[in-house]
Amino acid sequence: MAASNNGTQPKVSVRGLWKVFGTGAPTELTDELLQKSKSELREESALVVGLRDVNFDVQTGETFVVMGLSGSGKSTLVRTLLRLIEPTFGSIAVDGEDILGYTEEQLTDYRRTKTAMVFQHFGLLPHRTVEENAAWGLEIRGMERDERMERAHEVLDLVGLTGWEQFRPNALSGGMQQRVGLARALAADPDVLLMDEPFSGLDPLIRRDMQNELLRLQQQMHKTIIFITHDLSEALKLGDHIAIMRDGSVIQMGTGEEILDNPADDYVAEFVRDVRKSSVVTLRTIMEPVQVKLHADMSPKEAMNALGEQGEVCGFVADKHNTYVGAVSFAKLAEAKQSDRSDCTEVLLDDVTPLSEDMSVSAALPLVRHMSGPQPLIDADGRLIGQIVPRSVIEMMERESVAEAEESAATSAIGIGADAN
Amino acid sequence: MAAISPTGNGNGGSLWRRLAALPDRYVYGGGFAILLVVTVVFVGLWGTEVEPPENFFGISERLGSVCSDGATPDNLGRATSECVDTAIFWTTREGAFLFDAISNAVLKFLLAVEKVFLWIPWPVLIIGVMLLGLRLAGPRIAIFSAATLAGLGTLGLWPSAMETLALIVVAVTISIAIAIPMGIVIARSDTLDAMLRPLLDAMQTMPSFVYLVPAVMFFGIGNVPAIFATVIYAVPPAIRLTSLGIRQVSPGVVEAARSFGTTPRQLLWKVQIPMAVPTIMAGINQTTMMALAMVVIASLVGAGGLGEDVNRALGRLEPGKALFGGIGIVVLAIIIDRLTQAAARERQQALTGGH
Repeated sequence: MAASNNGTQPKVSVRGLWKVFGTGAPTELTDELLQKSKSELREESALVVGLRDVNFDVQTGETFVVMGLSGSGKSTLVRTLLRLIEPTFGSIAVDGEDILGYTEEQLTDYRRTKTAMVFQHFGLLPHRTVEENAAWGLEIRGMERDERMERAHEVLDLVGLTGWEQFRPNALSGGMQQRVGLARALAADPDVLLMDEPFSGLDPLIRRDMQNELLRLQQQMHKTIIFITHDLSEALKLGDHIAIMRDGSVIQMGTGEEILDNPADDYVAEFVRDVRKSSVVTLRTIMEPVQVKLHADMSPKEAMNALGEQGEVCGFVADKHNTYVGAVSFAKLAEAKQSDRSDCTEVLLDDVTPLSEDMSVSAALPLVRHMSGPQPLIDADGRLIGQIVPRSVIEMMERESVAEAEESAATSAIGIGADAN
Repeated sequence: MAAISPTGNGNGGSLWRRLAALPDRYVYGGGFAILLVVTVVFVGLWGTEVEPPENFFGISERLGSVCSDGATPDNLGRATSECVDTAIFWTTREGAFLFDAISNAVLKFLLAVEKVFLWIPWPVLIIGVMLLGLRLAGPRIAIFSAATLAGLGTLGLWPSAMETLALIVVAVTISIAIAIPMGIVIARSDTLDAMLRPLLDAMQTMPSFVYLVPAVMFFGIGNVPAIFATVIYAVPPAIRLTSLGIRQVSPGVVEAARSFGTTPRQLLWKVQIPMAVPTIMAGINQTTMMALAMVVIASLVGAGGLGEDVNRALGRLEPGKALFGGIGIVVLAIIIDRLTQAAARERQQALTGGH
């Protein structure tokens, strides 16, 4: 199970979750349910399986994406987490508490304080202004008007809607309405943010803006987010972990890279086929060991010797904690030696910027395409962990564009018929 | 697209399952309310020493005689209609204390409203209506209202018109007081909706004269039975449209509201009713129109106002007076209709439009 590790209690833990729709749904897990497929059950017993034995953990502060096509059960899943739909069997624990055992009062309290949801079709109240919508969760909690309006203005500012407070939602564009939906969810300051295809109804450009906005906000907030989408590239962009659903079951779970590298079955492979791998694979995956690592207290002569041994003209300098300091070239070192400088850090090259390990390959391309030698790669703490050879970046991009060109050549050869599938 | 999810909870499910799913305090509250009503009824009946209906309004006796004479559809029908008569007579006699109380309350209300309308000098009322029309419906309606009302004043129809207006105001107020709570209840229960639908249909299609007979028996002659009959005739659209308005609130909005921990009561008052207001107002508009249509008929049992003018003109064969009374009713109908529709439209625009 990809999403469970490091021993701490998961924020949300779902075990053996089933939802069976239909009258006369069984009260316990029968062999019939366990053995028959979704379509068999629908035809033979008039039961519709919404969720089939779903298990996953979501860690505090991560973005967990549930991906699937329509009818895969992902919307049902997110609704069971709020008990907007009651699951048939299984357990859902949030912070270790079983929410399915909650009384009506406890459930109301849970919905008011612990969670908040953003909906695909916004679900805003048309008879209330933007600020009143944003303050909705606070109002039903019983917060005083002044206090909740102040909070509403804060979150509206956060999502970039200052100046729109007095308008009604219908006066706003779709993207702006969804910002109101996001503000409404954030105003309640929930631990867990549930998002049901929040950007699916938006234009592609607006959708990209909103995704970036969410990434920006998440960097400040560190909420636990459960995000539903049918769009794999959105899942890969936003998700720390991704679960892929089909016919109510989770068929694969893992990080974006794990899923791209190792699709669990043909269904996932079909999904993954059109994704530009380069936009997901990080530099960490294609890094190589540092060829020449120099120590910050080396003299120019020692550094030149180290470079000479490897037959390289450039090297990377790190201090004793392995923190990246800079890059030096053989020529500069020779100059330094002439002028009797004491150590190699005085002649660092000023046109080398380190690449960070979580950058995608396609994002790195413009930075490395004109470079001849390897570039340093650092982690989030600034430590030198490897080097990137520009050739490997360019090769990966080339492989991809060749594959795409071949494919489009194949499709155009088939002609108009290709659209029929 | 979101996954199609036939929700197992929410709509549907039997009344009993819904009752069972209610939190305890509602069950206790409901039980207590029923107990209270039963107690009040018993105490009331105790005090007045109600005689039990004789053999269930003489059904067995009458049917017995029908059977011994040889039953035919003809005498079977007479026997059962006589049973209904007996039942109504019994209700009139034994329920007199209740009907008197209702009658008094309605009459006081009606007189107060009438007094206010007659007290306001007619130029003041005309200007008031004109300003209201200007604000809600634009200059055309405002000028039309002012001109036609002034016409009523100069034709000497003012006191009758005000009396009719008072009747309408009282009947519509009572209708709203009945319709909105009933509409809310019906909106929340499919079973109740299915049960009451034929009853509402019957109330609307039954010839309105039919109500007048028991109305007179319960409340005597005058304005009160007129209001009673008018309410029965005019209340169905307000009930229906209240229920419709609440049912047609978008499920997405309701779900979103619930997801934030909205209680059923908050959902009703802060989401469903405000969003149903335009539809409820359309219902009130229809109710008002139907009440106006009932005005002339109600004059048969002694209601005053324009209807009485028309009725009297009919008796004396004065077509001119009948026409004026009729025109007066038309004028009131048009003004009330345009103003309430404009108000509903404004509210609708607030919901769907922009700023």
